[in-house]
Amino acid sequence: MMSKLAHMFILLFAMAGITYLIRMLPLVFFRKKIKSKYIKSLLFYIPYAVLSAMTFPFILYSTDNFYAALIGTIVALIAAAFRLSLIIVAVLSCAAVFIAVIL
Amino acid sequence: MEQSPLKFRNGIKDGLPIGLGYLSVAFAFGVQASLLGLPALFSTLISMTNLTSAGQLAGIKIIAALGSVAEIMLVQLVINSRYFLMGVSLSQKADYSFTTGKRLIAAAFITDEIFAVSISKRQKINFKYFMGLAVLPYIGWTLGTVLGAFAGDVLPATVQAALGIALYAMFVAIIFPPAVRAFNILFTVSLAALLSCACYYIPFINNNLSQGFAIIICAVISAAAAAAIFPVKEDYDE
Repeated sequence: MMSKLAHMFILLFAMAGITYLIRMLPLVFFRKKIKSKYIKSLLFYIPYAVLSAMTFPFILYSTDNFYAALIGTIVALIAAAFRLSLIIVAVLSCAAVFIAVIL
Repeated sequence: MEQSPLKFRNGIKDGLPIGLGYLSVAFAFGVQASLLGLPALFSTLISMTNLTSAGQLAGIKIIAALGSVAEIMLVQLVINSRYFLMGVSLSQKADYSFTTGKRLIAAAFITDEIFAVSISKRQKINFKYFMGLAVLPYIGWTLGTVLGAFAGDVLPATVQAALGIALYAMFVAIIFPPAVRAFNILFTVSLAALLSCACYYIPFINNNLSQGFAIIICAVISAAAAAAIFPVKEDYDE
């Protein structure tokens, strides 16, 4: 059995290695354009799909109190609808959670 | 065409707003990593070697759960696949100063924002400009993680709990405005959220599928469906 820390470091290097390869391979070896419309579309949609799948439903469990998180989520959605910057949306959402927890 | 070549300091100037933005996102990431119980220096090392927000968040969850190497690599492959296309696009935009050795270095600094700024330039970009552009975002990302990770360790529990939502709120701020404006994006994010909730709330799936795998399966299905129904016309270079 390897130690917990060794396991964590192996995962860290695996993560960093694969992420570097994804960036490096096309820049070094791929000097033509991607033609396939489907592949281009897929890669266009992936970031939105990933962020959405990572956010829902986990945002509701991102703090100890479900209802506080729910209020924070609603505040984030409203703030985002007004197209406020990332940091403002985050600050407002955190503030809403903080107030909800205190009350 | 008559524009003078971009210099290192032009890159620094263009990178400043990105660096400030990264400082806050990385702070939220650092707090999140601290809440998952990762040591502050370990989280900082993750940021210094990965430079990617969504990938790192998925990564620390797998690390905290002591998942498998195969899982973390597959999850990163899907989440970070967009960098592949950015690399292809950047490859066309890079001038003769990008030798193979320099491409090996520059590759580590491809992020959504650095890519977007590079590609928005009218002329080709050179290695010095690109590295100037990367400096402040890299410092901001690293410093933000350090601050967030230590803050997560020392702040009172109520504040910690409130900060736990920060990174997710930022993700909402990224996906919600384009989803409201464009139906194809709304379709993609709604389907992904729906599938992700199904994976979480249906006990049979939740018990048999790790969170990392669940996220990439939901994301790939949603993006594949969207790509089939709504092919994208314009280039990725938005």
